[in-house]
Amino acid sequence: MRNQGVIGWLLVLPAAALLALFTHWPVLGTIWASFHATSRGGRPAPWVGLENYQVMVADEVFWRSLWNNVWYSLGTIPVSVTLALVMALWVNSAMKGRTWLRVAFFTPTILPMIAVANIWLFFYTPQYGLLEKVTTSLGFPTHNWLGTESTALACVMVVAIWKDAGFFMIFYLAALQSIPPSLAEAAALEGAPRATYLRRIVLPLLMPTTLFVLVNAVINSFRLVDHIVVMTRGGPNNATSLLLFHIYQVGFSFWDTGYAAALTVVLLAILAALAIGQFVFLDKRVHYQ
Amino acid sequence: MSRLYEPAGGWRALETGAAWLLGALWILPLAYAVWTAFHPAAYSARFDLSAPLTLENFRRAWEAAPFARYFANSFALVTMVLASQFVLCTLAAYAFARFEFPGKEVAFVLVLVQLMIMPDVLIVENYRTMWRLGILDSIPAIGLPYVASAFGIFLLRQTFKTVPRELDEAARVEGAGPVAVLLKVYVPLARPVYLAYGLVSVSYHWNNFLWPLIITNSVGSRPVTVGLQVFSSGDQGIDWSIITAATLMTSGPLLVGFLLFQRQFVQSFMRAGIR
Repeated sequence: MRNQGVIGWLLVLPAAALLALFTHWPVLGTIWASFHATSRGGRPAPWVGLENYQVMVADEVFWRSLWNNVWYSLGTIPVSVTLALVMALWVNSAMKGRTWLRVAFFTPTILPMIAVANIWLFFYTPQYGLLEKVTTSLGFPTHNWLGTESTALACVMVVAIWKDAGFFMIFYLAALQSIPPSLAEAAALEGAPRATYLRRIVLPLLMPTTLFVLVNAVINSFRLVDHIVVMTRGGPNNATSLLLFHIYQVGFSFWDTGYAAALTVVLLAILAALAIGQFVFLDKRVHYQ
Repeated sequence: MSRLYEPAGGWRALETGAAWLLGALWILPLAYAVWTAFHPAAYSARFDLSAPLTLENFRRAWEAAPFARYFANSFALVTMVLASQFVLCTLAAYAFARFEFPGKEVAFVLVLVQLMIMPDVLIVENYRTMWRLGILDSIPAIGLPYVASAFGIFLLRQTFKTVPRELDEAARVEGAGPVAVLLKVYVPLARPVYLAYGLVSVSYHWNNFLWPLIITNSVGSRPVTVGLQVFSSGDQGIDWSIITAATLMTSGPLLVGFLLFQRQFVQSFMRAGIR
């Protein structure tokens, strides 16, 4: 069976090499670079130990971005996942116009985030945007939704919810369609009302999907900042700066790659914690409790 | 789900109403964009059913920036990424599904790492790698980090595992080598999964923005998303009619494809989402 081993490795090799080059090596390289200053003028970067991390602890924008990201995740994920479940139940029922509904819910998903951001940027525009047209016609004073610290992050969150809910709906839809009809028949024989059927049978069966969607939603909330680049560039006063956006600014606007590496280590630690959490959680609570 | 537990009576009317309201709300921003793009600027925020329709905004957007080149770049990018992903992920998935080799378990876990830590977050270090390779500002540099896709390997491995061993062995008895078996037995049986993965991958890479924004620097390599951003944040003033037209234009191919084949799209995304 030596032969099998050789062929197996040969088959894996091309993918493994690229994964090593663009995923594993950069992870290690990021950690290594985080202990170095940024190289200037072609000289190798000097070792600075924990200095980048000391800078980070004192960096207000970092803390602001981290907290923004926490609020952003907490604000978008529960809403978009709940909406996704409701949408899936509706689209999966015999409701009138459900094909049309499915298209309406799913369309934002296939648009580029940057296009979505442009559309919403116009929607939020002071005076000309649709939102202002509606609010001023109802007699509210004019308000710069994206330009005000207190409302900017919420506005960005609405965009994320709008884009993600339809995507998560798909996973619920797939799970709903895999529930055997015999379960509903059995429940009906027992005389269980609809609410009981949904709560006691459908929801528990959807638990693995919910966990899968939640993990992906959290990853997304740390991975995708396209809309921030387009809509606010992190402003006003860093009110909408998310962690990856801060990394982008430090790394590619200020070209401070040493510090950007240290910031990336924090992001990697968050994602790693999530991965371990999912691994520990996965076999236990997910099925039928 | 069974038709047994459909909402009934007044409840049904209530739910249908709520669903339609949410659907209308969901389509509203897009409908607004379509309205703005297809009407003269004077009507961009004035709703008048007698407003004249026009393609002028699209024409002006198309002429104001090298969109033809951006489209060609995106097309080249998506084609390159998808073709390489199919080849690399198929080979690796085949090995993980049907071969025993030393270090297989560890290798598979190392592949799965990419599901959590995607290239999108490794921008700083990957930029340095591209610089060392001397391919900054090129289309391969945009695609390379994504070519070995953990998601693709995982999805195809799951599919290949469901192929009955008897088919595999029958082909081997006839003298087919491992690659011939892969091409004759496994790949044809996985066709729907390839379609599903292909649609997901194409929409991901057509829509990708941050990494291409960082790594590209010229018209010759920018994909449409970055082109759109350069265009709309440039010296356009704020002519929303033209920016919205450009926005719809860049999403156009996917949007039209989706509306024409929406059942296949949804089913493909569903198939790719089931693990």
